[in-house]
Order: sequence, then C-alpha cells, then structure tokens
Amino acid sequence: MTATPAVHATGLVKTFGAFRAVDGIDLEVRQGEIYGVLGPNGAGKTTTLKMLATLLPIDGGHAEIFGVDVRREPHRIRQLVGVTGQYASVDENLTGTENLVLFARLLGQSSRQARRTAADLLGRFGLEEASDRQIQNFSGGMRRRLDLAASLIARPPLIFLDEPTTGLDPRTRGQMWDTIRELVAQGSTILLTTQYLDEADQLADRIAVIDRGRKVAEGTPDQLKESVGSSTLHLRVADRDQTTRAASIVERVLGEAPVLTPEAGGLNIALTDANRTADVLIALRQGDVDITTAAVRQPTLDEVFLTLTGHHAEDDHADDHADDHEEVA
Amino acid sequence: MTTLLPDLPTTAVPAAPGADRVLAARPSLRDTVNQTLAMAWRATKKMRRNPEQFFDVTLQPILFTAMFAYIFGGAVSGSVADYLPLIIPGILAQTALTACMATGTQMREDMDKGVFDRFKSLPIARIAPLAGPMLADLIRYGTAATITILVGIAMGYRPGGGVLGVLAGWALTIFAGWSLSWIFAWLGTVARSAQAVQGIGMMIMFPLTFLSNAFVPMDTLPGWLEAFVKINPVSHVVTAVRDLMNDGNVTVQVGWALLGCAVVVAVFAPLAVRTYFRKM
Repeated sequence: MTATPAVHATGLVKTFGAFRAVDGIDLEVRQGEIYGVLGPNGAGKTTTLKMLATLLPIDGGHAEIFGVDVRREPHRIRQLVGVTGQYASVDENLTGTENLVLFARLLGQSSRQARRTAADLLGRFGLEEASDRQIQNFSGGMRRRLDLAASLIARPPLIFLDEPTTGLDPRTRGQMWDTIRELVAQGSTILLTTQYLDEADQLADRIAVIDRGRKVAEGTPDQLKESVGSSTLHLRVADRDQTTRAASIVERVLGEAPVLTPEAGGLNIALTDANRTADVLIALRQGDVDITTAAVRQPTLDEVFLTLTGHHAEDDHADDHADDHEEVA
Repeated sequence: MTTLLPDLPTTAVPAAPGADRVLAARPSLRDTVNQTLAMAWRATKKMRRNPEQFFDVTLQPILFTAMFAYIFGGAVSGSVADYLPLIIPGILAQTALTACMATGTQMREDMDKGVFDRFKSLPIARIAPLAGPMLADLIRYGTAATITILVGIAMGYRPGGGVLGVLAGWALTIFAGWSLSWIFAWLGTVARSAQAVQGIGMMIMFPLTFLSNAFVPMDTLPGWLEAFVKINPVSHVVTAVRDLMNDGNVTVQVGWALLGCAVVVAVFAPLAVRTYFRKM
C-alpha cells in the first residue's frame, strides 16, 4: 500500500478582512498517527481545522485528505472526516438516542439500522442513562462523549478533535484520552488541537506549535520539550529587591538567565536536568537570598511559547477578533 | 467499554485506510430526499417538545377570524354572515403568511446552534437542513388553515364550493404558505439574528396582507392602491381560494396563484440555499 498522507496541506491561508487568521500553514499527517496542533486561543488552530473539514472556504494554499482535494471535492472530504468541535455540536432539544438516530439516518442508514447504531454507541460510551433525556440536561462531559459518538457513526478514517477536553474535569479528561487512544488502536488517524502541552504530550505522536496563524515548531513531544528544558524550577524570593541578584546567581550556576515572571519576585528557571535544582538552591542560600516558595514542574505551554516565539501565550487575544470576523463573514 | 465503533452490517466500509473507500462525488436524488425526510423528522420532534410554536397557528386564526368578522362585517358587507365568504379566505392567507414568518425566524435561530456545524460537516445534500424544516412546517400551515375554516363554519360560514371546494382552498393555502416561506427562509440566511428576521418579516407581511383584497373588496380602494393590490400575489391567492371555496370553480385566478407561488419558490429556494452555502 502506498502511504498516502491522511492530511497534506501546503501554505494554507485564511483571512477575515485584514486579519490573517491562518498565514501559510503546512501540515502533513501520516496515516494512523495522532497529530497534535498546539497553540493558544486565537492562534488559528480551529480555523485551520475548519478549512480542512470544508466548514470554511480555503483562501489560499492547497489541501488534500487521503489524496482528495479539499477545495474541489468537499462532498468526498465529508465522507472521510469526522469532526468533533470545541462546542458540542449535537441537538439540544433532542435526546441522546434521537441525536444519534438523526445523524445515522442522515448518513444513509435505515431507521432500524440507525436505532441499533444509536443504542450500540450509547452503550459503548456509557451514555445509556442519557438515551431518553434531552441534551440540554446533560453535563459537559456527557455532551462531549455524545458528540464524539456522533462523529464515529460513519467510521471515518480521519477524525478531527477540536480541543476535545477544554472545560472538562480531570476524570472526564482521562476518559476522553483513553477513548482517543482506543480509536487510533482501531486504525483511525486523529488530528487534534489543544491548548495544553500535557495533552499533546500524552496523546500526540507529533506536534505542530501554531502561533498567530503560523507554524513555529514541529516535532515529537520530546523534541519539543527539550527546546525548553525538561522541567522548570519556579522560585519566589522573599524580598523582591533581591530578584535581580537571585537571577544573576542562577545564571552563574546554570550558565543561562532565568525568566522573570509577571508577578514581582518570581523566577522561572528552565532545567535540562532536574538534579540541578539542588545546586541552584544551595547557591541562593550561600548568596543570602531568602526564598518563600520553590517548585519543580513540567514546562508549561506558556514557557514553550516564550521560548519559541519570544512572547507570552496570553498576550494574544486574536481569537476574539477571529470570532468577530466570523460573525460578519 | 471494549470497542467503541458500532458493529455495522457487512456492506459497511472499513474504518481505515481512507484511500480505499468508494466515495460519492455528490449526494444522489434519493439520498437528498431521505436526508430531507430525516431533517423533517427532527423538526417534528422539536415541535412536540415546544408546543408554544403552535400558538401562532392555533390561537391567532381563532382570534383574528372572530375579531375581523365581528368588527368589519357590518361595515364592509352589511352583516357578519355576508362578510364571512370574503374574510375567511383572507384570514387563511394572513395566517399562512404569519406562519411563514415563524419559519424564517426559527430557521435563523436553528442555524446559530452548534448542531448546524455538524450538519455542515456531514456528507449530506446542502439543501436538506433547509428543506427538512420547511417540509415539517406543512403541519403548521395545515393546522392554521383547518382551524380558520372550522371557526368560520362555527360562525355561520356556508361555503358554496362544497367539501371539494373547501379542500381545494385548504390545499392551495398550504401550498401558498410553503412557497412564500422560502422568502423568509432566505431572509433567515441573510439576516444577522432571529430578531432581524422577525423585524424585516413584519415589514413584508403587513403590506402584503393589508394591501391586498384579503379584508376588503378591491373596488373600494383609491386607484393607485388598487393597482398595487392587483399585482400583489397575496390578492391572487385570496381570490383563488374564494373562487374554490365559495363557488367551487377552478378559475384562471387559481392558475395565477399557483404560477405566482412556483415563481417565488424558483427564485427564493436557490437564493436561500446559496446564501446558506456562503455562510459556511
């Protein structure tokens, strides 16, 4: 079998008025992998996904899904892609069963077949209790699960998951991750967007980091994390006047300047090796710098961002603009 | 949870790889019809959940028929009984138009919901999400027409066209309502909000119903107004319904009414589908 890429996109562009929401993105998703698109709100993740799913017209560039031209053959693309949106796209006024029956019938199943598919999917996703209840009474996690179930009716070979766990509690989030892994085990290819580095880390085989409509980095989760150090030491000094002195001590020990956090007296120190934590703390004690808190943790998305783009993720409020433009468009 | 995918019959395509699938370039006519029916099924489910949707097609015909007949009957035709053959077809046209407006408003509300994102992402005929609810709305026009006629009969209306004439008038009202609702469906796709559809809809509905022969005989109007009333499609529908119900005659007016409705559908259905497309 020749390995046609699941997604092959070059130079994708989407503009809303003067605003370039997606500004020349290349993507190549291989069959059978989970490909994560990581970026803050407004980076252009959802817009990219929507263009690939034929939900938004492509303004520039070229995209193919399993070798089918997205722009020229939207109806064929819709048979290949299952989309689960950021906001559950199921019918609020219908029950769980009715929703799945509706989508199954729209996809060409007879009403008997559709009812069987619905019962089957509700069972597999642990939604039996929701079968006769209107969706408006569902919890967020149940909605997402139903939404994902609806995307699987036609057994699409490629599944788009747009921020599948945003707004879910940790337990439901874990369940969603298991479900996603299982889909891949059964042969699906998954393109997912996320704001969370740990989610991309947990799930994705490869990750693209998107910022302001451009791809700023691509690689495996390990490659990506190495670029910001394997972990981060967060310190807070008791006397904020000592911040600069603390920073220079850290630089002397590690050979690299720490990042001052927006709140006064905070330092974020990228560590290539977590064992260097002790060296830093000892040097600070010897230098008579009092610290109030010290914590070692995984690099956050913001740190990856800062390293890759030179600005904080939350500086970017472009998403609001994107939404506005979409309203008008 | 062992496996997540549904067991499909053997005819179903495998989950992967995608390249091996036989893909249809566009939905067939049969698919389109089935998808429209599925969408209509969804709309009837929603009607059952929100019975308030039926206020305009149940209470309004009762209220308007009684009100207009008792207020204008004496002044226009000398007595309520003489006015009924004139007013009942008029009210039929009016309630059908009001029901149309609700079609546009509800369609707009619907399009703002998340589920429309899914409809757009599915390999279905683009017209199905519009045509389905319009089909289901035949129930609403049917309800409105039936109630209006029943209230008329209760008030002493004795249609000269007999059962067949009344049935023909009833069917024409429903067809006219369905045809005109494409105008409001199109409005629903271009307007920014459901409220806007309602506002613009009112501006269209009032002149169309009141500047017609629905409530008064045409010859009582000043000449310039009569000229507009004559070309108003609602006038043709009202006259055609009168001819059918009161005389049992299939006159040339029936032909004009049907032609007018067909033209409205031919113009506004493609427009509605096109703007709906663009919105995606």
